[in-house]
Amino acid sequence: MSEKITGLTVSQLSRLLQKKSLSSAEVVDSYLEQIEACDPEIQAYITITAETARKQAARVDRLRAEGLELPPLAGIPAGIKDNICTRGINTTCASKMLENFVPPYDASVMEKLEANHVVVMGKLNMDEFAMGSTTENSHFKKTRNPRNPACVPGGSSGGSAAAVAADEAAFALGSDTGGSIRQPASFCGVVGMKPTYGTVSRYGLIAFASSLDQIGPLTKDVRDSALVLGAITGQDHRDSTSVPHPVNDFTSEIEKGVEGFRIALPKEYFSEGISPDIKNAVLNAAMQYEKLGAQVDEVSLPSLRYALPAYYVISSAEASSNLARFDGVKYGYRAEGYEDIDELYRMTRSEGFGKEVKRRIMLGSFVLSAGYYDAYYKKALQVRTLIVNDLNAVFDKYDFILSPVSPTTAYKLGEKTGNPLEMYLGDIFTVPINIAGVPSLSIPCGESTEGLPIGMQLVGKAFDEATLYRAAYAFEQSMKECTASEKGGRS
Amino acid sequence: MASTINNYEMVIGLEVHVELKTATKIFCSCPTTFGAEPNTQCCPVCMGMPGTLPVLNEQVVNYAVIAGLATNCQIAHFSKEDRKNYFYPDLPKAYQISQYDLPLCQNGYIDIEAGNDTKKHIGITRIHIEEDAGKLVHSDGKGTFIDCNRCGVPLIEIVSEPDIRSAEEAGAYLRKLRAIILYTGISDCKMNEGSMRCDVNLSVRKKGEKAFGTRTEMKNLNSFQFITKAIEYEFQRQVEAVESGEAIVQETRRFDQNTGKTYSMRRKEDANDYRYFPDPDLAPIRISAEMLQGLKARIPVLPDQRKREYVERFGLTSYASEQITSQKEIADYFEAVVRKTDYPALAASLIQTEVMRLLPQDAVDIPISTDNFARLAQLAGEDRINSSTCKKVLNMLWEKDQDPVELVQKEGLGQINDKEALREYAVQVVTEQPKLVSDFKKGKTAVLQAMVGQVMKKTSGKGNPVIIQELLTELIQ
Repeated sequence: MSEKITGLTVSQLSRLLQKKSLSSAEVVDSYLEQIEACDPEIQAYITITAETARKQAARVDRLRAEGLELPPLAGIPAGIKDNICTRGINTTCASKMLENFVPPYDASVMEKLEANHVVVMGKLNMDEFAMGSTTENSHFKKTRNPRNPACVPGGSSGGSAAAVAADEAAFALGSDTGGSIRQPASFCGVVGMKPTYGTVSRYGLIAFASSLDQIGPLTKDVRDSALVLGAITGQDHRDSTSVPHPVNDFTSEIEKGVEGFRIALPKEYFSEGISPDIKNAVLNAAMQYEKLGAQVDEVSLPSLRYALPAYYVISSAEASSNLARFDGVKYGYRAEGYEDIDELYRMTRSEGFGKEVKRRIMLGSFVLSAGYYDAYYKKALQVRTLIVNDLNAVFDKYDFILSPVSPTTAYKLGEKTGNPLEMYLGDIFTVPINIAGVPSLSIPCGESTEGLPIGMQLVGKAFDEATLYRAAYAFEQSMKECTASEKGGRS
Repeated sequence: MASTINNYEMVIGLEVHVELKTATKIFCSCPTTFGAEPNTQCCPVCMGMPGTLPVLNEQVVNYAVIAGLATNCQIAHFSKEDRKNYFYPDLPKAYQISQYDLPLCQNGYIDIEAGNDTKKHIGITRIHIEEDAGKLVHSDGKGTFIDCNRCGVPLIEIVSEPDIRSAEEAGAYLRKLRAIILYTGISDCKMNEGSMRCDVNLSVRKKGEKAFGTRTEMKNLNSFQFITKAIEYEFQRQVEAVESGEAIVQETRRFDQNTGKTYSMRRKEDANDYRYFPDPDLAPIRISAEMLQGLKARIPVLPDQRKREYVERFGLTSYASEQITSQKEIADYFEAVVRKTDYPALAASLIQTEVMRLLPQDAVDIPISTDNFARLAQLAGEDRINSSTCKKVLNMLWEKDQDPVELVQKEGLGQINDKEALREYAVQVVTEQPKLVSDFKKGKTAVLQAMVGQVMKKTSGKGNPVIIQELLTELIQ
């Protein structure tokens, strides 16, 4: 084979596996080799489950040899963000608090993956409890950006994005509360999808902010993303916030193009603070869409300026309550040398949580406390309604919104750790989407002058992931043609 | 002091927690059976393991709505669940899922009867659903253990208006509330198993004053007796404090069963800020008109309806009816007896006095068949036995259920209604007690009862007291 196995997309691998030109065991071995070669530098994995991966692969090969027809994802190696519970496998949330936590149950998405015979390669690094934008808040390690190891991979699903970009997993699952799939996808040059809230069951996802969290795929290309999302979508009776999705195959209309589509370009997303490279790349993409037959208009989303504060109020409030259960009583880390129960709580939580997590817990406790609730939490919920209304008004006329993912490309490790507020500002384009609960996809659209990937964000109507995939696929194909013709022109 | 205390009145509001009799817990499918081995009825969800999510048991909503309908509440069309955040080892998630500002039921009332002919309307502020916490088991030398079996057992909290003015009224309210809930079948309300628990909010004020005083809260009182004692002690304590110029502090107080006193537990300023907010894991609760209609149809005949019927049909006093209807099983028993005797009022009085005295707290099983009970009422009603014999026979039937007619015959307990047979004993007493006779003649008519008692004694309690009195009057005059 001319191309490396680990360089193939999920759909390419799937075809070869189905044709039996490749065995799952071979695929898994290639990936384990790749992990062995790359991960000492990239540091994407917290836990590598080589043994169980080999067993799963052997089982898939056996089933295939028996003539069973298997789903497209059967035998495909995947990495899982370490806040998704895996039965019998450490699930740490990259926190000292859960360093030795082994869940006795699988998250619903893990059951879905198992039903699809996906091979789990291990658990991926992240910002502690998914709080952060660089994966530097992990208690265990700092993941590097495969496109430039001096840079951060983004976060909080930095391990997931890096693993896919470094070919250490054919795809990965991440979670997105305010951009945690899309921003690292854009930093690492891969495709990241945050589905509509309620699409993928949250059962077994260790909650950061329950009303915002969604699990989604990080993949090498758009088709892979559609394939994986299809496999993990579905209402779950164990998650009251999950709903039946009208679509179960996101690939069926992916090739239909964007002719006649109306695309909204919100001007607030292109104002000062954004790097010129990114602005140009996204505007070029808009022009590309026009060439493909879509109509692009500038629109205004005035409520977006309130989204960031509203997001930090809502997400921190929920987090302060969600993380209260980590008290050293039942599971996870427990401090030593306490005198009474209050000291047990205090010492355990002081020692077990990192700085950023404590910052959010304090912020969240403050905004919910008596006398402040109305001014902060209640106000933030009102902003939420405004944002939903603003977006709905746009979606009355437009098929999707096009914007940058992040105001910057990947930056150097340590560059922003001293200034949390500046770090928070990096979420400005992604958080409104979680607040509104609508789907959003991040796809590479160019490179900066330093050669770092730039991502653009496609935002759709609730449950209209299919349109986003169709638009993203059309763009991806046109980029491929451009690259091909450039190459052709040069040679 | 006695006179000072009479210048004051107590103002009481009650918060009652009732455990619902659902098969499974409020947010998971664990069973709710009482008394199981520790930590055998729990799962990742009710133990608050990371990543788990609650799913509301619909039956809990249905039961709470039934409780609201049975207590004349308005039922919310739109309701939600909120998180009450606080750290305690028996609370695995470190928050309790409860309801804050949109409870399922609001603005209800129940009618009580505290003594003879003192009817009163007690307002119900709200009824909301919530999950129970676990249980801490303290073991000397070995530390504290946590039993999570009770985590997530469904509760309703019923909050009354501050309409209660005495320990008797508090008792009457609780008995009535308990009766209503037992009739609906949504809980077994066993105070000794903790399936009905009561917090008392109490303040005092001078009679005639409109403003409320500062209140204290006494938590988790689990018997009618303790509730009465706690109220009486706390009332006196607060009046004494006010009289001596001390301010009442808003606080939680603990009632000590051994001393009968209340002790300060927690001051308001130390109280938790619970940081209530809507639980984002749970969808809002919507109750459709259709659903409400269906639940209304499930409300059985309630105590007050039966009570009215007993007064009208059987001529019982309102108070006796209240007592008998306070437990559905007892009212059912009474109705079965009434179908077999001509003396319903007599049967009612026997149940209200003797049977209620013989039954242990919370028990409802009467070990006498309704046939035999009806026969007993018939015997007494037809004057074939007198009232003291009747009580004696009832106690004998309680020990061993049997036909009272045969028993009376066998034991020779039948009433002597023959005037001539009784005359001999009456003459004896008149001869033996000249002092009583002369006292009577001087106008001390009360001594007649003493003389009746003497004659009764000579008949081994079998004489008809009415005839004996007649005889004595004749003989003396």
